[in-house]
Amino acid sequence: MISAEGLTKYYGAQCAVDQISLDIKKGEIVGLLGPNGAGKSTTLRMITGYLKPSSGSIKIKDYNINENPLEIKKLIGYLPESAPLYDEMLAYDYLKYVAEVRGIEKERIDSRLREVADLCGIREAMHKPIGNLSKGYKQRVGLAHAMMDDPEILILDEPTSGLDPNQIVEIRDIIREIGKEKTVILSTHILSEAEATCDRIIIINRGKIAADQTIDELRESMGREFFINISLKYASLEDVKNELGSIDGAGEIVEESDEDGIVKITLRCGSENDPREEIYRRIKKHDWVLLEFHHRVQTLEKIFRDITREN
Amino acid sequence: MSQCYNIFKKEFKAYFVSPIAYIVISVFLLVTGWFFFSTFFLYNQAGMRDFFSLLPFVFAFIVPAVTMRLFSEEISTGSYEILLTMPVTHSDIVLGKFFASLVFIAAMLVPTLSYPVFISFIGQLDWGPVIGGYIGALLLGATFSAVGLFASSLTKNQIISFIIGMAICFALVLIDRMLFFVPADAVTYVEYIGSNYHFQNISKGIIDTRDILYFISMSFIGIYGANLVIQRKN
Repeated sequence: MISAEGLTKYYGAQCAVDQISLDIKKGEIVGLLGPNGAGKSTTLRMITGYLKPSSGSIKIKDYNINENPLEIKKLIGYLPESAPLYDEMLAYDYLKYVAEVRGIEKERIDSRLREVADLCGIREAMHKPIGNLSKGYKQRVGLAHAMMDDPEILILDEPTSGLDPNQIVEIRDIIREIGKEKTVILSTHILSEAEATCDRIIIINRGKIAADQTIDELRESMGREFFINISLKYASLEDVKNELGSIDGAGEIVEESDEDGIVKITLRCGSENDPREEIYRRIKKHDWVLLEFHHRVQTLEKIFRDITREN
Repeated sequence: MSQCYNIFKKEFKAYFVSPIAYIVISVFLLVTGWFFFSTFFLYNQAGMRDFFSLLPFVFAFIVPAVTMRLFSEEISTGSYEILLTMPVTHSDIVLGKFFASLVFIAAMLVPTLSYPVFISFIGQLDWGPVIGGYIGALLLGATFSAVGLFASSLTKNQIISFIIGMAICFALVLIDRMLFFVPADAVTYVEYIGSNYHFQNISKGIIDTRDILYFISMSFIGIYGANLVIQRKN
């Protein structure tokens, strides 16, 4: 659907995006992740045709962005970062204008506006000037703009920035709903968001692709490490360490504490075999009271930090 | 072309949803009305000559005020990005904005049509120069709109865009008053560049293709310049 090759963008002497190649299939929801200034927005802007790449090529379907920019723009619905819309226009007037420019037939405009307004939950905002809307509503008007003519590709630059938690959940639901049929690319620096909405994650760091995998693959590639937190009452740290240290596969103790008669211990385990059963049996042999027994996998945050920090 | 019309419609409406249109039109009518009628009865002539000789100066600062927001506002708020990622070409955008400004100027001139009507009641008005004057005013408005549009495409600051536009427009108006600085051989060429010279020809009621061609080519240069600037921007 979308294939970019060797995309590079210089702003003056500064290289914002350096040799990025992407291949995005139809129906994928792709999350573009990266720290601030990593080149996410620049990459998206090049795909939408707003910025011209310094070098490299972009092909969408069978269109080349240099030769058929208009056809490509028709395929893409784009929501720029922080939805810069015309403040003095009414949301209704604005969306009507978008519908006209996007080539929706005159008779269908009103019904389409109603559909989109319902989908994005902006019915009550339609007759207010965009400048008077709250950030969340403005963002949704922007989303309505992007989805107006049901484009095949949706590109959303930080669609949930500045929204409250309820709105974030709503927008995510909308995105997932759209993503069933459309190709969606969204950029974000909120990892849980990417995890919740995307099929595939591309991490960009300093203008280069640092990882390009599905979420499961990403976890896999970082090793199947997991952690076990245990809290015990009426135990001594020494006994616990002796008892659990001898278990095969229990791995190493990475944290330990003994406060107010509660022993807390964190074990880092490899992927070979799961020691949880054995740990439970050992604990049962003693007169300890088990307060907490928690298994957690490596979080995406950690993976993200590992990938983006080192270079 | 229909895209160009959509953009024109949106831009033209945008003038009237914000206070700009009303302020600009009021200022225009006040300034032209005051300067025209304060001496009108002294001369005891039923003509619009003073009105049209004043018009280029008023236009030189009113028209850039009309056009200054066209690109600058979009660039500074970022809505420019939305505009460019819609399925429209650069020339649709530039022409749509140009015609919005031109039609706005035409709308601004409509109330002044009452002047010749009233004058014709109190004296023998020669309609030729009046009609010529209005045609000239539209052509001048088109030229200044194109210049203002070009100035607006250069910067995201509306004030700077206004000042650049005004400077160019004033220069075009003033050239034929500066001719005594110019070597005698070059006078006719330099005079030809000035818009006042052509405008005064038309507003005498003489509609010459050379003058019309001048305004059309100046407008074209401005529009083409703006088009180049926005194409180069990204």
